[in-house]
Amino acid sequence: MTAAIAHAPAAAAAVPKAQFDWRPLALLVGLIGLALPAIGAPSTWVTLTVAGLAMGLIIFVIASGLTLVFGLMDVLNFGHGVFIALGAFMATTVMAAMTPWAGDSGALQLLSVFCAMAVAMAVAGAVGWAFERVIVRPVYGLHLKQILITMGGMIVGEEIIKVIWGPLQIALPLPAVLAGTWLLGDASVEKYRVIAAGIGLLVFAALAFTLNRTKVGLLIRAGVQDREMVESLGYRIRRLFVGVFVAGSALAGLGGVLWGLYQQNVTPQIGAQVNVLIFIVIIIGGLGSTLGCFVGALLVGLMANYTGFLAPKVALFSNIGLMVAVLLWRPQGLYPVTNR
Amino acid sequence: MSANLLELTGVHTHIGAYHILHGVDFAVPEGGLTMLLGRNGAGKSTTLRTIMGLWQASQGDLRFKGRSLKGLATPDIATQGIAYVPESMGIFGDLTVKENMVLAARLASHAGELDTGRLDWIFGLFPALKKFWLYPAGKLSGGQKQMLAVARAIVEPRALILIDEPSKGLAPSIIRNLIEAFGELKRQQTTILLVEQNFMMAKALGDTVAVMDNGRVVHRGAMAELAEDEGLQQRLLGLSLGAHQ
Repeated sequence: MTAAIAHAPAAAAAVPKAQFDWRPLALLVGLIGLALPAIGAPSTWVTLTVAGLAMGLIIFVIASGLTLVFGLMDVLNFGHGVFIALGAFMATTVMAAMTPWAGDSGALQLLSVFCAMAVAMAVAGAVGWAFERVIVRPVYGLHLKQILITMGGMIVGEEIIKVIWGPLQIALPLPAVLAGTWLLGDASVEKYRVIAAGIGLLVFAALAFTLNRTKVGLLIRAGVQDREMVESLGYRIRRLFVGVFVAGSALAGLGGVLWGLYQQNVTPQIGAQVNVLIFIVIIIGGLGSTLGCFVGALLVGLMANYTGFLAPKVALFSNIGLMVAVLLWRPQGLYPVTNR
Repeated sequence: MSANLLELTGVHTHIGAYHILHGVDFAVPEGGLTMLLGRNGAGKSTTLRTIMGLWQASQGDLRFKGRSLKGLATPDIATQGIAYVPESMGIFGDLTVKENMVLAARLASHAGELDTGRLDWIFGLFPALKKFWLYPAGKLSGGQKQMLAVARAIVEPRALILIDEPSKGLAPSIIRNLIEAFGELKRQQTTILLVEQNFMMAKALGDTVAVMDNGRVVHRGAMAELAEDEGLQQRLLGLSLGAHQ
């Protein structure tokens, strides 16, 4: 087990290169391009596009773990929303405690936000571990029971949140350092949305690196396609699944913080509200596909913002319409996973 | 050939309400190639899956190097040194050939840690894999996928390789290529249990044979004896080698 096989990759030059499928990305660019004439004012278009991308990237952070959980073990976790709500409520507690301490210092305000994110991820990850062990594990392979018990788990989780934080909406104001806008010509772009989009991109980059450049990532991608074969090669896919479930729950907790700050308030039902969007995203993207989840989330975020401005009455249904259109075009989703 | 590497004794397997294996008995001698033959539905693939723990035996015992495999999970069985090439090949289509090989090499965390000498030997057996090293495995032809499936099983030394119908649906030239590759593995003293419907392949490669019918082993012996006895072939498999020549 020593030297690298330098000759092997070189030999591949003679082979026609596998084509990357650009069409879903072209659809994304096309949607952004078509929105400009429909909206008319470029400044409004810029504002809506940035808002849509930020919303999409937050949804991606939330949905990325769920799509891998489904891909790896065929587990339909309708309780994913509880981790979102948990993350958002943990943020209210941490930030309420740290805001007076942070005072007017921008750096300390940022530190309080990052502390809130770290605590939310840790708590959501820990609860995710218990959720998998107690609720999901007994129903492996039983889809109907998975749907029922994970939905039940979310209802119980929501009630526990009401017991701890109360049933009412709680404000989650942006710290002063993240509030306000930047002006791009005539367009105003909210600072927080740009930062949330940046965090979403960082998560995407970290996931892409892990999935494509590490052996654990290779195992996850292989397990999504054929978990029985991964086990036959000598790897314990259950352990991998628990790890992915915990990481997915932690990311949902992070997404909950981002979403709560995006809305500037949180309710115990926040998870259930976002659940609909994240299931649309993972279906549009192709079950188990991280890249599909990324493109699907951006499409959903942009569509919600554009239709919210252009035709508010149909905004609620726009993403259902988007899902139907995508599935008519690609029944397996934008980037279907082979073997599924 | 010496002692038995794998021994199955009275193995029964149920899949849901169906009783598929009804007391399978046979052994795989170390260092040889054992053929597992039988008509469609005889229980050959179920036997391999039971050995791998993908379906658990409900009765009987399976012993590998003298230790029982019964009740062990599939990863534990694999890490004892058993490689498995399923009938479906189990290729990870979204991964490149290189990534498939890295995954199969449990000791390597990336391609740079693959055993160079062994990889060259594999490229000698299956040159197409070198050519398509960075290509998505899902885009390979059927024959190339089968080569990759076998290559994955031998990317690191394994004590026993279970291969399920590798010639299924392949062109004669690819089958000849596989026969040559398995012949080379035999020369390396690799122990192989090979399920096949292609009797010519079985005749060319097999040292010993077990023939299954209705979930039982109905014949055990030397492959050469079965290859010479057309009456036995007709009785056990419903064919004669003469008809295939």
